[in-house]
Amino acid sequence: MKFNRKTKLDSEIPTASMPDIIFMLLIFFMVTTVLREYSGLPISLPKAKRIEKLKSKRHTAHVWVSKDGLISIEDKIYKADGVRHIMYEKRVEDPQLVVSLKADERAKMGLVSDIHTELRKADALKLNYSSKTAVD
Amino acid sequence: MARERRFKGGEIPTSSMADIAFLLLIFFLVTTTIDMDKGLGMVLPAEGEELEINKKNILNCLINSSGKVLLGGEPVDIKNLSKRVRQKLAENDKLVISVKAHGASGYKDYVKVIDQLKQANATRISIAESD
Repeated sequence: MKFNRKTKLDSEIPTASMPDIIFMLLIFFMVTTVLREYSGLPISLPKAKRIEKLKSKRHTAHVWVSKDGLISIEDKIYKADGVRHIMYEKRVEDPQLVVSLKADERAKMGLVSDIHTELRKADALKLNYSSKTAVD
Repeated sequence: MARERRFKGGEIPTSSMADIAFLLLIFFLVTTTIDMDKGLGMVLPAEGEELEINKKNILNCLINSSGKVLLGGEPVDIKNLSKRVRQKLAENDKLVISVKAHGASGYKDYVKVIDQLKQANATRISIAESD
């Protein structure tokens, strides 16, 4: 038995506004994505389980520490005692500053400890040891 | 002498507009990487803020240059550290864990120790300056 359609609806998706919708999406993605500001140093991060996400990129300052003991902030190489100055300035600008320490897993603790001392002197106390998620 | 115009009324073709916009959209979607920063959080003590803590409430956790851990005078395997710390915290909830790493010890071991302490829900972690 054949079914006959009683009503013949003329249904079509309106495509006239398609470019506008796509452009809006495009602009949304362009505005929301933040491009990486600094390239930093080549490091392999340590792995940890109990990790937490950093809340906002705007309140984060990165400190890179390579395995050879180089310290890089905003793509400039600093000595351990130079960290205090730049971090103090950043802390004054932004009281909510969180320092993200991107140190290589082969870095020596002596240097990391020096950075701790410098950060304490600069009053930048919120620290985050950047690490990858460990899988069992 | 004025030149005669051959075409009257030109139009930009808009039918391919959607395709062009789609292409741009896909380009931006592919090229942008959303990498969230994540790691172990820690709050350092303020400069000059030294508290006197009762010796009973301090648990020393030492890391030597070869990555071996000494917890309260006993050598402990890093994997069992959280278990041991949890036991000690159950005995004394005012316990402050003081982590002290040798200057030549690796950052990797230090992060492992901090991670283990966080897994044991230890909130009072103090970082002693390494010498």
